[in-house]
Amino acid sequence: MGTSRETILKRTADALAPLKERAAYPDFNDSVAVMPALDRAGDLWAIFSERAKLVHGTPLSGSPAVLANWLREKNHARGYCDPALLPQFGEALAAAGCEVETAFDRARVDDYQFGITRAEAAIAETGTLVLTDGSTSSRLAALAPWTHVAVLKREQIFADVATAVASLPADPNVIWCTGPSRTADVEGILIEGVHGPGVQVAFLLE
Amino acid sequence: MKHQQIDQYAASLPPDKRASVYGGTKSGYDARLRALNTSYTAPDNLRRLAGRIKQHAIENLDTYLPQVEARMLANGVKVHWALDGDEACGHVHRIMEERGAKKMVKAKTMVSEEIHLANYLEKRGMECLETDLGEFIIQIDHDHPSHIVKPIIHKNRREIAASFEREGLGAYNDDPEVITARARQFLRHKYLAADVGLSGANFVSAESGRIVLVTNEGNSRFSIAATKVHIALVGIEKIVPRDRDLGLLLNLLARSATGQQLTSYTEFISGPRTANQPDGPEEMHVIFVDNGRTRVLADDCRPILRCIRCSACLNVCPVYRQTSGHAYRAVYPGPVGAVLSPLLAGDKFPEMADLPKASTLCGACNEVCPVDIPIPDLLLRLRDRGKQVGSKAAAAATPPMGAFGTLAASPALWKVVMKTGGLSALYPTFLMPAAGKTWVRTRGMPKWRGGKFRAWMKDRRAKTKPLEK
Ligand code: SF4
Repeated sequence: MGTSRETILKRTADALAPLKERAAYPDFNDSVAVMPALDRAGDLWAIFSERAKLVHGTPLSGSPAVLANWLREKNHARGYCDPALLPQFGEALAAAGCEVETAFDRARVDDYQFGITRAEAAIAETGTLVLTDGSTSSRLAALAPWTHVAVLKREQIFADVATAVASLPADPNVIWCTGPSRTADVEGILIEGVHGPGVQVAFLLE
Repeated sequence: MKHQQIDQYAASLPPDKRASVYGGTKSGYDARLRALNTSYTAPDNLRRLAGRIKQHAIENLDTYLPQVEARMLANGVKVHWALDGDEACGHVHRIMEERGAKKMVKAKTMVSEEIHLANYLEKRGMECLETDLGEFIIQIDHDHPSHIVKPIIHKNRREIAASFEREGLGAYNDDPEVITARARQFLRHKYLAADVGLSGANFVSAESGRIVLVTNEGNSRFSIAATKVHIALVGIEKIVPRDRDLGLLLNLLARSATGQQLTSYTEFISGPRTANQPDGPEEMHVIFVDNGRTRVLADDCRPILRCIRCSACLNVCPVYRQTSGHAYRAVYPGPVGAVLSPLLAGDKFPEMADLPKASTLCGACNEVCPVDIPIPDLLLRLRDRGKQVGSKAAAAATPPMGAFGTLAASPALWKVVMKTGGLSALYPTFLMPAAGKTWVRTRGMPKWRGGKFRAWMKDRRAKTKPLEK
């Protein structure tokens, strides 16, 4: 906290001092930027699913066996599972022949085809999953494997972005994932799965 | 006549580059329009509102800067201040040195380009690897980004494939899918081996001290999931008053930049990882960077500090589309750069004072800007300033106005010329100077219409006799 801090603050104050009037903070409603077409009272999982598909996300719902069979169909045989989810998913995964680890070994990053972690919340309006440090058992497991599955409950779905912002959890690391990791850097062509998952699953556990 | 530097650059631009830039900007423009209009009935109101929020924020930075600092300290973040690029680089270097760190992975940040961070660290024996696919390609090619959101808008897949082959990233293959997969494989091991993750910040909330980062590739997420130290370089103008402002700004940013409703990864970071979290930084540093910003704040062009770097003004600009970003000779290209670069240049303003002239003043940049910056007005102010300071760069290719000045200053002379100007139609074109010949080759001389104003004015006076006193 040397002199640069003071200098910058002084320069800022000096720069603004001559202003006769400062622009006021405008008055607006939190929901100004909510898309008017959104039915906030509707079935939020249905809206979420529809919107998630538009951004190439993969919404799935059902019992743990549904997820396990889906993984098997994708030829995913090895992955990571949040230890807190193991009691619910362990049996189904084993039955489908999916081997899971509950600690993510970064030295073997390429060995994991999928990672299953818990979502903190979701946003119906944009098909977005909300992850936090508190709910995600391993940041890397939710990011490095080709397929990431975020397990969600119905009551965790926010209607829109404005509500999700108003309810930002007090967690140092809140991540909104809207569809898979993507790039259009090469000639504007959309490619999915750059650094993060190429397949982003939102799994509603019922 | 000597041409403007930007025109010279544009004239030398190979056709395939021009085509890449044109195609890239056009698709960006279309995507933005579609996204905004399908989502909202009156997107212009949102742009104006966002502009007012940001204008309020910058006009109250003297309140918000100490406020955000206090929040960050309370959140367990270490805060540093840098007057200029060297000091900012010095902070990064010192933080790394103190921890015995040698390797940095960095997400895309414009400030790091501005302060030449990679160069600074590499000279001191540290590795500084770009992880955004476009920026990574720029780095291996020793090139410069030419667009804020799409840094390699000027490159085609064949050039990229050749670069990958040269760097030992596999045999030549120009399929974008293969290029991306190879970068994925190469970079993930780099993240995992790195000590420090560096990011910028798209927004910083004064209320909560959260920094907000948006990326599509997930590279900033990876940078701060795999490393032990997170450093964020933040321009002091990135501050927004409250968290609630983010809803509006994030919606506008994603739509304006790439036509998405939200960018794939939006991260709200307020400190190091929690105790239960195995991955990610044990400490977080924020470096607030001035580097000319307080000077801009003192200037009547300060609305440019509202900019959220969406690139919509680049995509829509007829000059940018023909010249590409490199023509602007600075980190920030396009209309925003034409305003910001000369201002940030400080003493070197005269050398950059030609940039504000690289505009048709069509106003499209203002119309697309998500924070409603009146770019054409700012350009005009800077043109005037370029003239005032006698900038040679700005004067290049300006037609000599001396003769016009003499005429305009003398009513009698002006009258004579206006009356006799019709004779110019009789002027044989083969006697014209070269510039005139070029003009008439594809166009006719306009019909002379001078000298009518005085007659009209007299007539008008006669008809509307002033009231007797
Ligand atoms: S000036 Fe406006 S349109 Fe241009 S990059 Fe900045 S925010 Fe976007």
